[in-house]
Amino acid sequence: MKIELEVNGARACWECEPHEMLTEVLRRNGLLGVKRGCESGDCGACSVLLDGEEVPSCLVLAAQASGHAITTIEGVGDFDDPHAIQLAFVDATAVQCGYCTPGMVIATKALLEERPSPSEREVRECLAGHPCRCTGHKKPVEAVLAAAATLRARGVVSDSGDDPIADTARSVG
Amino acid sequence: MNDVQKKAGDLACAGAPRSEDEWDTGQGSLDVPDGYTAVNKSPRRLDALKLALGKGTYADDLELDGVLFVKVLWSPHAHARIVSIDTTEAEKVPGVRCVLHHGNVPRVAYTTAGQGHPEPSPYDSFMFDAKVRFVGDRVACVAADSERAAAIAVSKIKVEYDVLPAIFDPRAAFAEGAVQIHDEPEAVGLPGYDKTRNIAAAMHVDHGDVDGAFARADLVLEREYSVPYQAHCCLEPHSALTWLDEDNRLVVRVATQVPFHSRRILARLLGIPLQRIRVIKPRIGGGFGGKQEVLLEDLPAMVTLRTGRPARLVLTRAEELTSSRTRHPQLLRWKTGVMRDGRILAQELDVLANTGAYGAHALTVQSCTAGKTLPLYRAEAHRFLMKAVYTNLPVAGAFRGYGGPQGFVALESHMDELAGLLGLDPVQFRRMNVVGPGEDNPLAQALGEGKEGPPQRFRSCAIQDCIDQGMAAIDWSRRATLPKEGPIKRGMGMTCLMHGSGIPGVDMGSARLKLNEDGSFNLHVGATDIGTGSDTILAQIAAEALQVPVEKLIVYSSDTDHTPFDKGAYASSTTFITGVSVKKAADGVVRQLLDAAVVMWAHHGDPCPREGLFVKAGAVHRPDGKSLGYDAICLSTFYSHDQHQIMDHGSHMTFECPPPFAAHFAEVEVDTETGGVKVLRYVAAVDCGVPIHPKSAEGQTEGGIGQMLGYALSEDFTFDPGGKLLSDSFRHYKQFSALDMPELQTILVKSFEPAGPFGAKSVSEIPADGPGPTILNAIADAIGIRIRELPITPEKVRKAWLEKQAGGAK
Ligand code: FES
Ligand code: FES
Repeated sequence: MKIELEVNGARACWECEPHEMLTEVLRRNGLLGVKRGCESGDCGACSVLLDGEEVPSCLVLAAQASGHAITTIEGVGDFDDPHAIQLAFVDATAVQCGYCTPGMVIATKALLEERPSPSEREVRECLAGHPCRCTGHKKPVEAVLAAAATLRARGVVSDSGDDPIADTARSVG
Repeated sequence: MNDVQKKAGDLACAGAPRSEDEWDTGQGSLDVPDGYTAVNKSPRRLDALKLALGKGTYADDLELDGVLFVKVLWSPHAHARIVSIDTTEAEKVPGVRCVLHHGNVPRVAYTTAGQGHPEPSPYDSFMFDAKVRFVGDRVACVAADSERAAAIAVSKIKVEYDVLPAIFDPRAAFAEGAVQIHDEPEAVGLPGYDKTRNIAAAMHVDHGDVDGAFARADLVLEREYSVPYQAHCCLEPHSALTWLDEDNRLVVRVATQVPFHSRRILARLLGIPLQRIRVIKPRIGGGFGGKQEVLLEDLPAMVTLRTGRPARLVLTRAEELTSSRTRHPQLLRWKTGVMRDGRILAQELDVLANTGAYGAHALTVQSCTAGKTLPLYRAEAHRFLMKAVYTNLPVAGAFRGYGGPQGFVALESHMDELAGLLGLDPVQFRRMNVVGPGEDNPLAQALGEGKEGPPQRFRSCAIQDCIDQGMAAIDWSRRATLPKEGPIKRGMGMTCLMHGSGIPGVDMGSARLKLNEDGSFNLHVGATDIGTGSDTILAQIAAEALQVPVEKLIVYSSDTDHTPFDKGAYASSTTFITGVSVKKAADGVVRQLLDAAVVMWAHHGDPCPREGLFVKAGAVHRPDGKSLGYDAICLSTFYSHDQHQIMDHGSHMTFECPPPFAAHFAEVEVDTETGGVKVLRYVAAVDCGVPIHPKSAEGQTEGGIGQMLGYALSEDFTFDPGGKLLSDSFRHYKQFSALDMPELQTILVKSFEPAGPFGAKSVSEIPADGPGPTILNAIADAIGIRIRELPITPEKVRKAWLEKQAGGAK
């Protein structure tokens, strides 16, 4: 079957089988930053944003994503223009093996768009669905809090209106 | 001479063996030198941005045209003979290209343990066998054009089994009349191996007059402890891709910690020349020992050889948990003889380990249970007894800590209990017995890697500082006044720990370094960064010796065609062993840079003596202030004068194995009404020598603690009566999440190890040794009950509490 969707801001028209999960189809189309850790919704390695909300792509049928907007880690930032969240993970040494990192970055993006000033508890709740066997979660939590601070600061000083996170930050305060 | 000059001037003797006198140092020469430019700093890790962008390519992140998907048929029985396999229906499934089973593959006995040659593990495994030995053992595999076709075909393989009695209790494994799990004639092991009694490995080591020392002791305490299975839970599952290259060579791209061991073992197993195999280790999503194993690459490799097509095998999470490797469960009996004043006379450790259906690492893990624990406290005499037995349960193997975490549960629980019996403060009791700098390790020789080990003397040893700083951080003085009224009680516990740095006299690592004309360097290492940060750490070591920023290093690891040999990422060895090989290579490059600069200056009509030259900030400097950049030197050696490639390599093996030391502290809250234990604070003070990348050393410590708090409190294997693993998903196998973690503090205690690169020793495994016993000790402090079994589930705590209330024994 054919599905039509928006992937990282561009229109995509893909072939897939009715039983195929979104993870498979994204990976087959070159979005290899979407990782597989469990394929049962328990690890968040495959997380993507579906219309701005974090979902484990291993639990979403590719067909269900038709007509929706998907953001994968590849759509968050690039070598030339990494996202503040990605830089925060790098600078906090929160990236060890890095297999959990794309999912955590996606989760953080969803969290901070909703809550620009999360408490540490809220950050931990957000990352609780992202088991990381390498870091003991301390540095990832620090990274999320640092990213939030950076984005808030940017929201206050920046006057470009194109960053939705900065916008939220500004409107909240 | 300034420091940099001295560094350049001393190069000739870098890496040369030191004299015995040099080793015999007090604290004086163990000071941390000032003025490092690249090491002992925490630059951005070289691979971190790539990974945060989702661009890291792990084994399975590669599209291969015409790839065959491999699926394995796993045994549904714990112990059975395969009477017949009928693959007719499976082969009829459209897209199926190849079915492998014991009837059509070579029968070669080997061990999956990715250890040095000859592997000190029994050769008791086959690609496929006519017998299955646990639920989840290999029966057959199918390769097909799609994953779905492979899965359907697997379900259509008809197998007739002759089911045999199974052994699930290690205590029953070696009893008279027990069924023999390995009755195949090929199975062989090291001395102590006795397959007729299901004994995969055994040891008996006596040091000193053990019985005499126990006889003289004022007090002898003997206790039993039990520790469970643990799963590695690398987020990236075991994955392997194989194909034939244009020269008809077999390329194996595999999530491994041991690419060179994998190549060597595969050549034997597949029956093709080693020269025809290239193993590539791409980015790895965690290992923790689980990938120190030739676990699955033989299957896609065989498929590729049979069909000529690329093949891919990636385990599912349930397969990972059931059929990969685990931490050895152990029953430990610890006995100590002490004098009234607290002096320890004798220690005796008796271990019964369950190695599961195969004996990978059975000898060496258990030997380390003693090797990491018994030498920590001074004693006149030691005894170590060990049996690792086969059962029809999942296979154990290498796992971060390598026997240490099991042993420390016993030792450090025991130390607390002894202190209580002697009326001594547990910290004071440890302080008076713990080893110090300049002392010898009395057991180093007896507990070598499957053979006699080299003697060891502790030089850098800051355990007393670890205790001081950890106590201050957690404010140990609060312990006496923590609330004990009401149903929720608080307590604090502590432990002392030691580990090792590499396998002395066995582990070898090497590196190659070459200069490019912009002053950058290619650093090629066989060492495998599995998420530890070793690519960055090795680059920092090179950068320090070369006096360039770390960004000038382009690191490539690891590929058996293109990088020099390395034993692999295990035994806490990469920084300590491979790091020195990198330093040797860099020191050699610096020598060549100085030579080339002399030639250049001579050609420029401005000659200068080599004496007095030094390197700094990416240039060779002379005492009169003139300098030549590495870029200019490289251009000159490529195109103008004395043309050659400036490059060097280094290899390193050592008989030294300096232990890192640590003191761990925890504060817990125990709810006596539910049995629930909450870890509130955790402090780890660690002496790892000079941390090359302090943030990564912290990260290793935090990660190890997170992993092992799960081992202490929540992670467990549960089986059905037939031996099938029930906790085979992340939902049922409970790791510590971001919400479960306590407030965590790591203290890197100042120390300098003369045998390590720039003063470093290992850091990655020692954190795994602490959480089990530290939490047990904190619980004992909180509720006055000594639990001797992990995991410490609410059921166990509540039951123990009720027994205590009822006046039962505890
Ligand atoms: S792979 Fe989707 S949640 Fe784990
Ligand atoms: S960094 Fe390895 S799983 Fe998180």
